[in-house]
Amino acid sequence: MEILKGLKYSKTHEWVKVDEGVAYVGISDFAQESLGDIVYVELPTVDSEVSKGDEVANIESVKAASPIFSPLSGTIVKVNEELEEEAELINHTPYDAYIFAIEMSNPSELDEMMDADAYEEYCETEASH
Amino acid sequence: MENLKRTPLYQCYSKYPGAKFIDFGGWELPVNFEAGIIGEHMAVRKVAGMFDVSHMGEIIVEGPDAESYLDYLVTNDVKGMEDYQVIYTLMCYPEGTVVDDLLIYKYNNKKYMLVVNASNVEKDYNWILKNKKGQVSIENISDRIAQIAFQGPKAEEILQKYVNFDLSSIKFFHFKDPVQINGIDCIVSRTGYTGEDGFEIYLTAEQSPRVWDYIYEKTKNDGVLPCGLGCRDTLRFEAKLPLYGHEISDKITPIEAGLKYFVKLDKQNFIGKDVLVNQVQQGVKRSLKGLEMIDKGIPRSEYKVYKDDKEIGFITTGSYSPMLDKNVALAMIDSNLKVGDEVYVEIHGKMKKAIIVKTPFYKNTKKE
Repeated sequence: MEILKGLKYSKTHEWVKVDEGVAYVGISDFAQESLGDIVYVELPTVDSEVSKGDEVANIESVKAASPIFSPLSGTIVKVNEELEEEAELINHTPYDAYIFAIEMSNPSELDEMMDADAYEEYCETEASH
Repeated sequence: MENLKRTPLYQCYSKYPGAKFIDFGGWELPVNFEAGIIGEHMAVRKVAGMFDVSHMGEIIVEGPDAESYLDYLVTNDVKGMEDYQVIYTLMCYPEGTVVDDLLIYKYNNKKYMLVVNASNVEKDYNWILKNKKGQVSIENISDRIAQIAFQGPKAEEILQKYVNFDLSSIKFFHFKDPVQINGIDCIVSRTGYTGEDGFEIYLTAEQSPRVWDYIYEKTKNDGVLPCGLGCRDTLRFEAKLPLYGHEISDKITPIEAGLKYFVKLDKQNFIGKDVLVNQVQQGVKRSLKGLEMIDKGIPRSEYKVYKDDKEIGFITTGSYSPMLDKNVALAMIDSNLKVGDEVYVEIHGKMKKAIIVKTPFYKNTKKE
């Protein structure tokens, strides 16, 4: 399982990467591995306002639908339309296949997220349950 | 996962690092192995796959009145069976709804083996005892028996290389007992739950790891994959094979589920007959139909289905279909709907368009 350094992670297994002030959100390798074959992603609507913890997208694996929660508050400014045709990109390259991007209204929320080391520890306790 | 039952083949799984486990009705079973659900699904459609289905239940019914008793207990024709034949049948409540679906293996008219769903073993055993008629003995041997399913269009060709009996002599829905695999006595039937040709192999729990390992080691270079319950579900779904608790249940009758073929209405008597005869004569208000999504989204079990803003039923099973590369579903809906009609499925709070399509979604044309 790969945990990319330099990203922030949530307890619901989303990652965040900030690039030029915009926060890109995807799911971790741990998350895609436990979901299995991903066949469809229901993307959020661009320009919608979201709060931290909101259910904003859905990832459908063969077995089940899994909600994706926004780890940050703000406005959705971009969605990864590539995933509409190739949802399996999340399985293949989870850290490249962002799902949506947010213009943050409260960047200090980033500080509440885990760094790679803390997230690795978190996954170990999750896996042992 | 705590307090879950494990099959006798669980000990073999340490050899498969990619195996992922789920709680399936109280059993810790692999949902998929390294190849993933889609990879395993395609292996079974193109070559062959092997499944541990030891969680299934086996009940032996024996005695001078076994034949007439079973004929009364289930919907299909037990009296018309030949020795070493297998039938698919349903066991109903007097209300016509379903206790379980099962296979019956006939040795002779005094000895039968019933194969029932894992999650229903206790319920079925109690039902069978409760409705006992005449001189029969009933024994639940589920804990002593393991089962391996070997399924796919090349199942016979591949397995034949490694067993010393003629597999082609076992006709569709027939079985042999005993036959030896790696020197171990097994029951082998030409049956399955994938919509493909293939075999189901029953043997004692203690000996089963040796047979699993033998078959896997011999056949892996032929492209055979170990398969989990994930693809077992998508495979049976594409072929429109019902799953208890979804297409059939204690709230759904076999007639509603499109299983009239397995209900022999001209039999003298069987449990549920009055209701089922009536349903066939009067017609049913709802029935099982296939849906194909036009809008994006995957319909799932229990999602609601609408027509002209009116709720008309619910999804029994829905999934991405690996063979069709489409999102499809089986739905228990208003029986007046026809192929080509547009309906809507509520997915995550939004109405998504679908059309009624023919079923099954997939049929192996080569199968008998």
